[in-house]
Amino acid sequence: MSDSYENDGKAHEQYIAEVLAQYPEKFAKRRKKHLSVAKAAEVEPDAPVGEEGPLLTECEVKSNIKSIPGVMTIRGCAYAGSKGVVWGPVKDMVHISHGPVGCGQYSWSQRRNYYVGTTGIDAFGTMQITSDFQEKDIVFGGDKKLDKVIDEIEQMFPLSGGISVQSECPIGLIGDDIEAVSRRKGKEIGKTIVPVRCEGFRGVSQSLGHHIANDAIRDWVLDKSAEAEWEAGPYDVNIVGDYNIGGDAWASRRLLEEMGLRICGNWSGDATLAEMERAPKAKLNLIHCYRSMNYICRHMEEKYGIPWMEYNFFGPSQIAASLRKIAKHFGPEIEAKAEEVIAKYQPLVDGILEKYGPRLKGKKVMLYVGGLRPRHVMTAYEDLGMEIAGTGYEFAHNDDYQRTGHYAKPGTLIYDDVTGYELEKFVEKIRPDLVGSGIKEKYPVQKMGIPFRQMHSWDYSGPYHGYDGFAIFARDMDLAINNPVWDLFDAPWTDGGELLAAAE
Amino acid sequence: MAALRQIAFYGKGGIGKSTTSQNTLAALVEMGQKILIVGCDPKADSTRLILNAKAQDTVLHLAAEHGSVEDLELEDVLKVGYKGIKCVESGGPEPGVGCAGRGVITSINFLEENGAYDDVDYVSYDVLGDVVCGGFAMPIRENKAQEIYIVMSGEMMALYAANNISRGILKYANTGGVRLGGLICNERQTDRELDLAEALAKRINTKLIHFVPRDNIVQHAELRKQTVIQYAPDSKQAEEYRQLATKIHENGGKGTIPTPITMEELEDMLLAFGIMKTDEQMIAELAAKEAARQAAVPA
Repeated sequence: MSDSYENDGKAHEQYIAEVLAQYPEKFAKRRKKHLSVAKAAEVEPDAPVGEEGPLLTECEVKSNIKSIPGVMTIRGCAYAGSKGVVWGPVKDMVHISHGPVGCGQYSWSQRRNYYVGTTGIDAFGTMQITSDFQEKDIVFGGDKKLDKVIDEIEQMFPLSGGISVQSECPIGLIGDDIEAVSRRKGKEIGKTIVPVRCEGFRGVSQSLGHHIANDAIRDWVLDKSAEAEWEAGPYDVNIVGDYNIGGDAWASRRLLEEMGLRICGNWSGDATLAEMERAPKAKLNLIHCYRSMNYICRHMEEKYGIPWMEYNFFGPSQIAASLRKIAKHFGPEIEAKAEEVIAKYQPLVDGILEKYGPRLKGKKVMLYVGGLRPRHVMTAYEDLGMEIAGTGYEFAHNDDYQRTGHYAKPGTLIYDDVTGYELEKFVEKIRPDLVGSGIKEKYPVQKMGIPFRQMHSWDYSGPYHGYDGFAIFARDMDLAINNPVWDLFDAPWTDGGELLAAAE
Repeated sequence: MAALRQIAFYGKGGIGKSTTSQNTLAALVEMGQKILIVGCDPKADSTRLILNAKAQDTVLHLAAEHGSVEDLELEDVLKVGYKGIKCVESGGPEPGVGCAGRGVITSINFLEENGAYDDVDYVSYDVLGDVVCGGFAMPIRENKAQEIYIVMSGEMMALYAANNISRGILKYANTGGVRLGGLICNERQTDRELDLAEALAKRINTKLIHFVPRDNIVQHAELRKQTVIQYAPDSKQAEEYRQLATKIHENGGKGTIPTPITMEELEDMLLAFGIMKTDEQMIAELAAKEAARQAAVPA
């Protein structure tokens, strides 16, 4: 764990003011509510500390409201949230991008949800299947076409576990009855067909798509849980909200299994439909991506009485804390095993810290990611001796910013649904040693001469979860920051050197 | 050849748009005008009286059969009816599915691109019920109908609809060149029908272009899939439609920008005409009725 640090809150407040000054008054007033500087939390010295750890700061800003046209937001849509995030990784289902071809085509394989299986035979994760709406489907309705697409899928992919219908915008506009088609065809082919009303125009970001996708699991998958074949055991848990980006879920389940737990289902990275159906038979839901799957955890708690627990597998401090927290739920035997697991990996952690710590210590990081990582990865950087200067979410809600208070240090710059202009100015002023964000931010930041890592896709690396992941994470950050290319950035005429002399 | 006149008939569903428009256009063709009718109603019954049969091949159904509208030829969908009137039905989905509005847009674009509008004096659009969405406003938009004729009657809902449609016209009047040509009142024999129609016309800044009296002969002709002009050319009713046709022909370029009124204003107008009663009036009437009933009961 790094030494406690504090950011220069005064300077950060000044940066916010400077950015807002560039906006028209009305717009500045609206954006002001989304920008903030973390303030030290006022906690009674002897107040009890919850299982999420002490509250360090207050990070609340306004969130989850409509972006303003013209600001270069990087948010996605409800379809992206459902098809791209929650449903897409369920590997043995065929996910139909229902509507015109573009939505499916341009989001094809954008998330690196690893899976095992034979693509096209019993796994379909990297395939793009669309009903490819034409004008006549709009005018006369697309239900007949959906019927036909389902028949074709069943013929081509007889080993598929089921089908999901991911609605694109026109489905909602023309009022197609995809529920009726799904119900009828499901009976006909004897498989689960899930209609998802995730039309892109719904909601303010992909976040509503997550919620809609969760509701579809509730209504169309969990209702079959009674028939699911699964002999329940005392240590069954579900991993919820781990999408197995670059193998994250595998690195995670290894640790849980080593401490004596059994994974009933992994949602939804490398998942099968059967895993989701039997989920209500587990004893505990472990939720990693709280933002995208808390809804279904709450539902399972209410309906099946399954408790849920948030955990964090980024970086050794959080991993150890999470393992202990999870183990406590199962009692002394598992707790003892958890300690063994932590002890077993300690040499690996020490090795990583010894190797990369000196190269990364004191380096400043700015983050801007989706709905979980802007807080979850902070400690992983801090474990390496790095400091988080600013962080923000694309589509978080108020409860995410509250949770951020358990991570962010005082003075941290907080930005919600940050605009292209704001992020560029903040990066320019803070000049961190590393920015972690998405593909759209990568090249502008690198052109500013600042190292960058993609934190949605792990920049085609990973996994970053678990102890194995931490080794890769540390190596990747070192590769980015200490790459010799950054020393070649200065113009030759600025150092008064030979080139300048030669030119004269 | 005079410039192409594009007109459209709108009005509440069931008011007699298709009947009125086809009779009027049959009268116009007698006057030597070359006419194209574009039916913009998924029911595809806007050209039945001209073709003496229900059109079978609509643009959208053929397009769906062939793949897309790009696979269609104009001849596939253009039928010639009474005295050379060209007829096209846009068609559309069965009730309750798909998007008929998008269908109207698709077929009108197809007709324009394929030269359906060449060599005609009049293009007439017959549009379903109300302007429910952007698709059904297509004929009002830029470079389409310049004059809209609203078919109405003295019934309250027909007046509502007429006012509503004029709102749609107003929306496009300033961006495109669409104007309200006038109201055509199809007599329903309601109270003070003519007065009311004239009053509404005045309030929304247009005129009552013709008051078409009710005559059962229209029904007789319709059962035979004919216009009155064709079925009974010498009848009084045929003469009414000829008058309407002449008025519309002479009305070119004289359309106005409507000034639709609010719901409250419309209701006030009906009250003023004694058509609609105030709550007090209704209570008074009820009380009188009750009193009469009481009096009639033998003690």
